[in-house]
Amino acid sequence: MNGLIFLIPIALGLGLLGLAAFFWSLKKGQFDDLDGAALRIFVEDEEGRES
Amino acid sequence: MTATALVERDFAVPDIRCAGCIAKLEQGLVRDRRIAAARVNFTEKRVHLSCTADTDMPDLIGAFSNLGFEAHPIGSGPEEADAEAETSRELLRAVAVSGFAMMNIMLLSVSVWSGAAGATRDLFHWLSAAIALPTVVYAGRPFFRSAWRALRHGRTNMDVPISIGVALVCAISMYETATSGPHAYFDGAAMLLFFLLCGRWLDSVMRDRARGGVTALLRNMGTGAMVLGNDGRSRWVDATALEPDMVMLVAAGERLSADGVVIGGASQLDLSLLTGESAPQPVRPDDRVHAGTLNLDAPIRVCVTAAGADTAIADIARLMGEAAQGKSRYVRIADRAARLYAPAVHCLALIAFAGWMIAGAGWHHSLLIAAAVLIITCPCALGLAVPAAQIVAAGELMRAGVLIKDGSALERLAEVDRALVDKTGTLTLGRPEAIGLERLDIGVKSLILSLSQASRHPLSEALTRGLQAYDVRPAEVKSIRETPGFGIEAHWAGRVVTLGRPQDAVLGDALATELSVDGRTVATIRFADRLRPDAAEAVDALGRQGIESMILSGDRAGAVAPVARELGLTAQTGMSPQDKLAAIDRQVALGHKVLMIGDGLNDGPALAAGHASMAPGSASDVGKNAADCIFLGDRLMPVAQTVRMARRAQAIVRQNFALAIGYNMIAVPLAFLGFVTPLVAAIAMSGSSLIVVGNALRLKWAIQ
Repeated sequence: MNGLIFLIPIALGLGLLGLAAFFWSLKKGQFDDLDGAALRIFVEDEEGRES
Repeated sequence: MTATALVERDFAVPDIRCAGCIAKLEQGLVRDRRIAAARVNFTEKRVHLSCTADTDMPDLIGAFSNLGFEAHPIGSGPEEADAEAETSRELLRAVAVSGFAMMNIMLLSVSVWSGAAGATRDLFHWLSAAIALPTVVYAGRPFFRSAWRALRHGRTNMDVPISIGVALVCAISMYETATSGPHAYFDGAAMLLFFLLCGRWLDSVMRDRARGGVTALLRNMGTGAMVLGNDGRSRWVDATALEPDMVMLVAAGERLSADGVVIGGASQLDLSLLTGESAPQPVRPDDRVHAGTLNLDAPIRVCVTAAGADTAIADIARLMGEAAQGKSRYVRIADRAARLYAPAVHCLALIAFAGWMIAGAGWHHSLLIAAAVLIITCPCALGLAVPAAQIVAAGELMRAGVLIKDGSALERLAEVDRALVDKTGTLTLGRPEAIGLERLDIGVKSLILSLSQASRHPLSEALTRGLQAYDVRPAEVKSIRETPGFGIEAHWAGRVVTLGRPQDAVLGDALATELSVDGRTVATIRFADRLRPDAAEAVDALGRQGIESMILSGDRAGAVAPVARELGLTAQTGMSPQDKLAAIDRQVALGHKVLMIGDGLNDGPALAAGHASMAPGSASDVGKNAADCIFLGDRLMPVAQTVRMARRAQAIVRQNFALAIGYNMIAVPLAFLGFVTPLVAAIAMSGSSLIVVGNALRLKWAIQ
């Protein structure tokens, strides 16, 4: 029973963390271009140019 | 980076196909000094630019074409589009919240089911309640709102049993928790919301994606014009900013952006998007011209008389409004199911409650069983059955180049048994194609290519396109010069070569061009609008699916006859928009469900009136707006593929319904007898949802 006092808040906290991360990425437009993201690893950045 | 203010602009670039294109565009565009940043969105085939405020639209489009891409500017979209995207995002947030809640409550529930008892079980139930209640309030809003709307109008829909079920289950579970009872159904409520929201979200994603594609296409034509100012200088004006009395300079190969009167120059206009007429119409000063027509021949000056929303011919707009009413009467299959289903669910729950009360079980136990019945029958799988199948179908069709506007379009497409097809631009390509190129010898071909490459004239472009198929290299010519209205002149091996308007008038009005060397005619090439390459196969394929096709054309009988003969179809010719509507009404009166396929402004009312309708990507704005789906590219086969896919999707939806009903036939008696504990409910619900989604995924390979 004592273990639960720590474990349950930890479990819920981790879940909430995931939820917050999802909301954050949704807001930052991480899901706007899913097919493009898969292709971008093939794009070679030119030198001296930030992404 | 410059200090001047930057403006953001979006472009639709349909040719983005690979990682190479992304790199080429993003790295190539920023080499232009005025473009500060470029970002490609591959999924939507768009490019977002930040550029200096003084950059003209033609310059930006030029920057794209220097890299070998065709770009169409997308205006800042209408507000309603943003609102729709916002709904979709709100639904996704609700899915995330309910998913989180479902998993965490399940975590607690599993320990209860594994035998937690006493104080631990109560604690877990309280925790579950603390997670579930806010979730239900937040994530359940779409259902509560919709159910309330339906009830207020004295109707019922799928959302009514859902809302009542969720609310009742939460209330009973709260009571159970407060009285240290053994069963709380919080996980059931959260899971129900999660699955249903998934269905809703899929539905809205489908509409979003199609709408994105359609708005990109809508901006395809006439989005602005060079306007001659009072000081004699010309500047670029967006179509939305055009006003009456402005003077537009329309070059050959440009589409008119507004209605007007010709005040200078003479040319030929392609009216096919407006009337279906395939032969070009000559215009001279004082002739009225309409937005959306293509200037074929020489530059003209046009004084604007009406711009923007006023340009659509009022008649057509009125006809379309009337015609669209039939379509709005269509009731989607899920709603039809809900009409039968919702009362049945309510009755069952009521009977269960009454039955156990009469059997003397006490109101607490009876309510618990009624809630179990509601939760078990709640249309979890039913809510997923339709959207899951439709989004898979729409995704596959999109890959094949067909944009479906919404799920109801797919359902209506599955029902059609008669196709009425417009000719110009639908059965045909709707643009001039050079005829008889194969008869020219290689030297002439290379000479023509070298000249035609240098011009943006529609006939030159048709020549360049046609010659590319023959693997010819352009001849080396010097000092190329283009005279608008006459042709291109250049020096080749010391001789003067010209490509342009034929000197003898024998050819009449037909589109033709002539290559001459030192004033002597070497070759004459005619142009005609050709059938789409697979038109015959597509018509055959439709026939095999039991759909008989017929041509409805606004063109002259003489122009339609060869097409009708080649495809073996009956045709009606010279039809006005009203005639087309009447033809559809006749078919409807015979009990047919009509699929209308057309592209022009004159097809708009017919597209709106058809049980379902399709338009090619090259169609007029009105056509694209009125059609249920749009197919891209030169092939007609997507029409037959779409109908086949729609029918497969409908079959899957029916199977899903059968699965859901079968599941209910097993689960409801169990719930009636009181065997449905929260554990059984959880297994049954997720199991049936997974089966339904899995069945829908079979559509993924159905297009071949």
